[in-house]
Amino acid sequence: MTLASHHLLDIESLSPAEIELVLETSTSFKEVGERAIKKVPALRGKTVINLFFEPSTRTRVSFEIAAKRLSADSINVSSAGSSVVKGETLLDTVKNLEAMAPDVIVMRHPSSGAPHFVARRVESAVVNAGDGMHEHPTQALLDAFTILEAKGRLSGLKVVIVGDLLHSRVFRSNARLLTKMGSSVTVTAPRTLLPPFVERLGVEVITAVNDAIVDADVVMMLRVQKERMEGAFFPSVREYFNLYALTVDRLKRAKQDVILMHPGPLNRGLEIESAVADGPYSLILDQVTNGVAVRMAILYLLAGAS
Amino acid sequence: MKSLLIRGARIVDPSQRIDRVSDLFVDEGRIRAIDEGLSPEGAEVVDARGLIAVPGLIDMHVHLREPGFEYKETIASGTAAAAAGGFAAVAAMANTDPPNDCAAVTEYILEKAHRAGGARVHPIGATTRRMEGKELSEMGEMVAAGAVAVSDDGLPVRDANVMRRAMEYATIFDIPVIEHCETPELHPGGVMNEGYWSTCLGLRGIPRASEEISVRRNVILAETTGARLHVAHLSTKGALEAVRQAKERGLPVTCEVTPHHLLLTDDSVRGYDTRAKMKPPLVTEEDLEALLEGLADGTVDAIATDHAPHHEDEKQQDFDHAPFGIVGLETSVSLGLDRLVRPGIISLNRWIELMSTGPARILGVEGGTLAVGAPADLTLLDPERPFRVEPSVFVSKGRSTPFADWELQGRAVRTIVSGRSVFTLP
Repeated sequence: MTLASHHLLDIESLSPAEIELVLETSTSFKEVGERAIKKVPALRGKTVINLFFEPSTRTRVSFEIAAKRLSADSINVSSAGSSVVKGETLLDTVKNLEAMAPDVIVMRHPSSGAPHFVARRVESAVVNAGDGMHEHPTQALLDAFTILEAKGRLSGLKVVIVGDLLHSRVFRSNARLLTKMGSSVTVTAPRTLLPPFVERLGVEVITAVNDAIVDADVVMMLRVQKERMEGAFFPSVREYFNLYALTVDRLKRAKQDVILMHPGPLNRGLEIESAVADGPYSLILDQVTNGVAVRMAILYLLAGAS
Repeated sequence: MKSLLIRGARIVDPSQRIDRVSDLFVDEGRIRAIDEGLSPEGAEVVDARGLIAVPGLIDMHVHLREPGFEYKETIASGTAAAAAGGFAAVAAMANTDPPNDCAAVTEYILEKAHRAGGARVHPIGATTRRMEGKELSEMGEMVAAGAVAVSDDGLPVRDANVMRRAMEYATIFDIPVIEHCETPELHPGGVMNEGYWSTCLGLRGIPRASEEISVRRNVILAETTGARLHVAHLSTKGALEAVRQAKERGLPVTCEVTPHHLLLTDDSVRGYDTRAKMKPPLVTEEDLEALLEGLADGTVDAIATDHAPHHEDEKQQDFDHAPFGIVGLETSVSLGLDRLVRPGIISLNRWIELMSTGPARILGVEGGTLAVGAPADLTLLDPERPFRVEPSVFVSKGRSTPFADWELQGRAVRTIVSGRSVFTLP
C-alpha cells in the first residue's frame, strides 16, 4: 500500500488506513536510528530540499537527519539565504528549485496554504513542514506514533490539548488525526485563544483547565505563540500561568498513567512548570526522537516506495 | 451621428414602469420615441426581436487603476471591459496613484475616458486628501470638474470626527459619501471571514462585526449631519439590518451589494483559492440569504461589482500575500440574469432597477431611464444566449474571478452610449 496523494499537505486528506501505514512504516525506520550505522539506502540518488521560510531548528534538523538516514541528498534553503529577500516571489523560487529536479520539497512557510499553492505547481512531492496556523502533519504523526508507543492504541483515549489553540497548526493537525483514529479530544484555553467554531472539528471545549484535565490519558501542551499575538489575548503571563499552565498539582487530576507531550519549544514558566516538563510523565524528548523515524517514513512513502 | 431604430425589443424601464414589446428610436444621442411601428427615414435598424432593451447599465463601483497602476487596468481597458459586459457607465473609485483627490486628477480621468470611447466614466473623488483619513479633500473643485461622489474606498475613514466633517461638507454639493465600512482594528492580518472555514484553513479571520460596527457608526453620523451615506459592497446580515433600520427611520442611507456576495460563501476559500480573496470577505449562507432578501424587499439599492483588477502574478501567491479583489465587469450581467432573475429571486424589472436606475439615482447622474429626451444609453440583453465564463478572453486586463468556467445563460449583446454602439457581440 502507498499513500493516495503524491504530497503530504495535511492530515485532513489522509484516511485512517494511510495514517496507520505511516505509523507502521515509522516503526521499522525507528529501528534504523538505534543501529550503530544509522543509514539505509532506501532513497539513494534522491534529492530532498528543505525549504524553510520560517525559523526552525527541531523540524528542519529532523527532516535533514531523516533524509540522510535514507541516503538521500538533502539541501537546506532558508528564507534568509534565499532570493526571497531580494523580492523573488514564492512561485519563482519554487519554479527555480523545481528546475533542478528535486524529488521532494519539504516546506515550511508562515502563510497557511503555501505548500498547497506550491504542490499544485510542481512535479516534486511536497511535504508540509508547517504552514502558518493551518497544519503541521508530520508533528501530528509523530505525536500519534509516540502515543501509540506509550499506550499501545490510539482509539478510546482521552486527549486533552491545552493552550494557544487559535494560532496552533499542531493543534489543528492533532485534532484531525486523533478524532479520525477514535480518540476523544478535549481542548482547553482562554476564550480568546479558541478558534471560532472549534467544536465543529469534533472536539469538546472546556475553558477551565482543571475540569478539562480530569481522567486524561494524554495531556498535550501547546506553546503560547507570543510572536503571533498582535492583540490582547490574555492579561499577563502571571495570570496565564495561574489559570492554564500545566503544574504538578494540576496533572494529578489526570489518570495515573497519563503521558505529557509538548511540540516545543517550551516556554518554561509560562505554559508549563519545569518539574512537569522534566518529570516522569513527560515524553517530550521521545517526541523528538520519534520525529526522525516518522519523517523517514514519510520521505520513503512519497519518494521511495514502489 | 446616424440615428438608430431598435426594432421589436422587449423594453423594460423601471423608471417609467414600462415593460412591453415596442420600437425605440434614437437620434442625436438621445431617446426620441418609444412606440410601435416606428419607421424613421435613414435610421440604422437593429433587429432586436427576442432581445430586451433596458436603460444603460451602470456599475457604480469599479477600480480603473489609472493613473498609477496601468499594468493592472487602464481607463481604456476598463471602459472597454465595461462596455463588453453591458455597462454604459461606471463610477471609478479614487484609489489610484496619485489618488483622485483633486480636480486635476478628476479631469485627467474624464479626458482619458473620453478618448477611450467605451463606457462613460463618473469619477468618484477621495473623501480625504491622499486618502489618509485626516484632512478633507477638495470636494468642491472635484465636483466642479465632474466628480459625482466621494469615497476613500479600499480604506475606511477611521476617525469619526473626520467622517463627520466630510459628511457635513459633502452636503454642500448634495453628493453621496460612499463608505468602505470596515473596522480594521478588529482583525489585524485578517484575510477571510472569521468562522468555521478560517479555523479549518488556519487563515486569520475578519469578523462580521467589522463591517456592522462601521455601518452603524456611519448611519449615526449620517443622521447627525443629514448627509447622504452610501454603503459600498455591503456583505453581512447585520450591516444590512442596520441599513434597513436607517431607511425605516427615513435617513438618506443607501447600499450596494456585489454579485459575488450574493452567490458565494466563505467555503469558496477551501483550497486556498486566491480568486476567492476579496474585501469584504465572502461570508456565510445566512448572510447570503439575508442579502437576497434585501434585494427583493428593496433594502438594497444597487448591484455593483467592485471590479478590482490585479495583475496575474499578484494573485498567483499564497493566500496571505495575494491582494484582495476580483474582476466583475464582464460577469455581472450573466450572473444576474442566470442566477437572480431566472430562478425568480428577483424580477427582471427589479434587477434593472438595481443595475441602472438605482445607481443613477444614488449618484445623481443622467441615465437609468429610457425616458424620451434622456441620453440614449441603453443595453440590449439576450436572455437566452449561453455564456461560459472564460477569463482568458476578458477584455479587462484583470483575469481573477471565482466564477471561471461557470456556465450561464443570458448576456449583454449590445451596449449603446449616447446613441453610439460601444460594444456589439458578434
